[in-house]
Amino acid sequence: MTRAWRMLRRDWRAGELGILASALVIAVAAVTSVGFFADRVSQGLERDAHKLLGADVVLIADHPWSAAMVERVQRAGAQAEALNFVSMALAGGEAQLAGVKAVSENYPLRGRLRIANAPGAPDAEASRGPERGTVWLEERLISALNAPVGASIRLGSSRFRVAAVLTLEPERGANFFNLAPRLMMNVADVPATGLVQPGSRIWYYLYGAGEPERMKALEQAMKSELARGERIETLESGRPELRAPIERAQRFLALTALLAAVLAGVAIALGTRRYVERHLDACAVMRCLGATQGALVRLYAGEFALLGLAACALGAALGYVAQAGVGAALARVIRADLPLATPWPALQGLLVGLVLLLGFALPPLLQLKNVPALRVIRRESGAPKRVTLAAYAIGFAALSALLVWQAGELKLGAYVVGGFAGAVLVFYGVAWAALALLSRLRVRNRPLRYGLANLRRHARGNALQVASLALGLTAVLLLTFTRNDLVAAWRRTAPPDAPNRFLLGVQPDQVATVKGFLRTHGLGEPELYPMVRGRVVERNGHPVSESAYSDERARRLIEREFNLSYMDELPAHNAIAAGRWLDPQGDGLSVEQGIAERLGWQLGDQLTFNIAGELMRGRVTSLRRLRWDSMKVNFFVIAPPRLLEKFPVSYISAFRVPPGKERAVNELVAAFPNVTPVDIGALLRQAQAVLDQLIAAVQFIFLFALGAGLLVLYAALLATEDERRREAAVMRVYGASRAQVAGAQRVEFLAMGVLAGVLATVGAAVIGQIIARRIFELDLTPSTPLLVAGPLAGLALLALNAWLSARKVVRAAPALTLRESM
Amino acid sequence: MQKTASVLAAKRIGKTVKSGDAELVILRDIDLAVTPGEALAVVGASGSGKSTLLALLAGLDTPTSGTVMLDGIDLFSLDEDERAQLRGRVLGFVFQSFQLLPALTALENVMLPLELAYADDAEARAREMLLRVGLGERLNHYPKHLSGGEQQRVALARAFVVRPKLLLADEPTGSLDAHSGAQIIELLFELNREQGTTLVLVTHDEALASRCTRILRLAGGRIA
Repeated sequence: MTRAWRMLRRDWRAGELGILASALVIAVAAVTSVGFFADRVSQGLERDAHKLLGADVVLIADHPWSAAMVERVQRAGAQAEALNFVSMALAGGEAQLAGVKAVSENYPLRGRLRIANAPGAPDAEASRGPERGTVWLEERLISALNAPVGASIRLGSSRFRVAAVLTLEPERGANFFNLAPRLMMNVADVPATGLVQPGSRIWYYLYGAGEPERMKALEQAMKSELARGERIETLESGRPELRAPIERAQRFLALTALLAAVLAGVAIALGTRRYVERHLDACAVMRCLGATQGALVRLYAGEFALLGLAACALGAALGYVAQAGVGAALARVIRADLPLATPWPALQGLLVGLVLLLGFALPPLLQLKNVPALRVIRRESGAPKRVTLAAYAIGFAALSALLVWQAGELKLGAYVVGGFAGAVLVFYGVAWAALALLSRLRVRNRPLRYGLANLRRHARGNALQVASLALGLTAVLLLTFTRNDLVAAWRRTAPPDAPNRFLLGVQPDQVATVKGFLRTHGLGEPELYPMVRGRVVERNGHPVSESAYSDERARRLIEREFNLSYMDELPAHNAIAAGRWLDPQGDGLSVEQGIAERLGWQLGDQLTFNIAGELMRGRVTSLRRLRWDSMKVNFFVIAPPRLLEKFPVSYISAFRVPPGKERAVNELVAAFPNVTPVDIGALLRQAQAVLDQLIAAVQFIFLFALGAGLLVLYAALLATEDERRREAAVMRVYGASRAQVAGAQRVEFLAMGVLAGVLATVGAAVIGQIIARRIFELDLTPSTPLLVAGPLAGLALLALNAWLSARKVVRAAPALTLRESM
Repeated sequence: MQKTASVLAAKRIGKTVKSGDAELVILRDIDLAVTPGEALAVVGASGSGKSTLLALLAGLDTPTSGTVMLDGIDLFSLDEDERAQLRGRVLGFVFQSFQLLPALTALENVMLPLELAYADDAEARAREMLLRVGLGERLNHYPKHLSGGEQQRVALARAFVVRPKLLLADEPTGSLDAHSGAQIIELLFELNREQGTTLVLVTHDEALASRCTRILRLAGGRIA
């Protein structure tokens, strides 16, 4: 080890290890900081997502929770309570059904309520729920009751003062099918109203928040003990529109970490190759001086192990500092402080670093022991065989396993690793073939001719270099252009002009007039969909019961009524994932993919629904994919009109109320008293805020992968520098002018640059499309800037390199170059 | 034959390589014996096979036929690693192209063979050796900052620092101008005398050859 240490010090001093060490440091720093940051972001996301639940755990029952239960939640952390019921609110001559939520003062435990002084006025966070004797009303209720802030209203046998306009409530999204507008009051005031009577429909909410482990334990324990009429709501069990972006963000992060690590592997392989080429003579001399193969292996493996440990430690430290710095900066931007990171990512980073080193540096390094001692006398007896791609297979496999484990997602890992390996092979093959073709060109211009001849002479090395360059450039393009496209596409799925109101309860004879009203009031021409409510009772002739499902959400789906619809055409924002769209004359059913998966329904299953006491049968003939975060009207089950037309139906729609047109909604309610507009704008704002936060977090992590990509580029450029310098020196000795030498190299470099640029552009477009389709379920067309910038970037990069290299090569005295390379 | 007394003895060694379909004979039936303290010069035109002979005598290459006894041991009964170890114990090398490691300073280059043999006092011995060859002021210089003559002196120091029984030199003045070459020759023979080393050198340089106790002339792969 002492010898290895001495060797390390000497090589380091001589600048032989710079690329390698920085590759390793960047790799580990990237993986670690991505790990640290992803860890903190996902912790933060989970916490923030809980804000939308109002707590970490929400228990809901149709009867009061026992004191023992309340005490149990209290012991596990903090506890808050709420009662939900519907009641008539009265003010002056107006009466309106209100969705009453009576909350304890510490509600919500996660997130904040927001209130304003008047409808449309700027709102602010409220530090606690309504005080006793006061109520907060949603804007709709204020206008319906004509009861502004300061007015008095009656609820049951009590009178309350309106203290604020309620603009945002954490749970609103979860239950936005609550038809009645919200009235929030203090839970201590409920008994006096006399509204809680035996037989009243009241939901009792019990909220818990605290340490994640204790909450998890509480949740587990509760799940098994829930009695009839009791359920538990967690982030997992609800909110598909919120889960989707979180899962997508985690995939983005995992993908980036994967990419950075694999790229670093390539940089390390290239760096080691250069190191090995520069140490062939040293090894031959040492063999001459009596070193055995074993001694050489021990020496170099020891040296690299020491280097690896030092670089990994430095990388991990750097990763920590980087994520801390960016995390702090980000916290100011997104006004959210992230939880502290756990130490695990450092360990993972270290592991990844060592695997990278063993997998990608060891194979070429081991070749050093095979250097013939004869090389000291006959240089041409030369180099040991180059490492084939196959030699990296073990390292690649180990790295893949590690990364897939780290990403925690097999599919994503397989895509990245498989795509990467495929890209390397394709790039190499295409580059080799294209260079061979190019070199056959017959031209008169001498530098051009010499440059083209060089392409052939260095075919293998150049193909490898083009492939590496294309790889690095692909990563860079993917991370700049394609990433922007992806983020834009992602944003587009919840666009700023997404619907912000649902309209429920439109009767069949009102459809035309409601449509006309919306149109004349500038609220667009939204589609109105028929909706029939029914409960699923049989599947393939067997009764369906909730007890057959262990999954909480599945049980709830079975328990409640489905919203069914009928139509001839597939809605534009839906897509068929399997099977065929409905035959208007058939008895087919089209089911949403997610629910079919959750409930174990398959194509061909016969389902029986109980609709208002009558049975309706149909067969599942298609599965639909749809976007819950599109804020459009979606149905779990769609049937052809002939199956459902005979049942009682109402119509539902989603439309957008532009700012300033809120009055039109009130006029709509006045004109059609039986229809209910539901404000989903608040929910949309929340989802958008979460999304923006995610995008901000994701953007930063890309910088590291970008760094790794650039390092690959640098290492690839450096890979053939020594050889080119030697050749140029020889050319000059034989009378070539500087211009000739530089010209020949320029031709060679430019050809390679164009090739690498085109390959990388195609690579980035294809990989981007695959990622978009398969992982993010988005559609992505390659943008024009990518198509232009890709090849140009390749050209510019190699042109710059040609210029720099020519300067170095041409300026050095040939004698010096030759003497060094002897 | 004074087989037991020889440091180095070659018996009927030959080297043939394939060149396309034809067989190319580089060396044919060479017999030689080198006694302790002797200085043998192998001279011959380019392509006469002298470098190949040197490589075979050092066990850097394997012969097609014949045997080489180095310090009483049959070189080619050993495997490559055992030959390397034997070289480490018995041989010193000086090359035409110096073969200094560019990443190492002059001092470290001289320390290298001692370090490979796990010597405890490597630095002190290397320092002393460099003083001896007149490079006391250049200990921490890298090869690229030394002149050709200086580089070869470092190489001489590296060869002699392990006190080898046998020193093999391949055109030691081949890369040097006449003046530097003469200085290196002086130094080589001084060190040879001081340490009582046996010397086998391959050279074009008649001046150098004439300083040796015996000259072996090679032509067309045979002893002329």
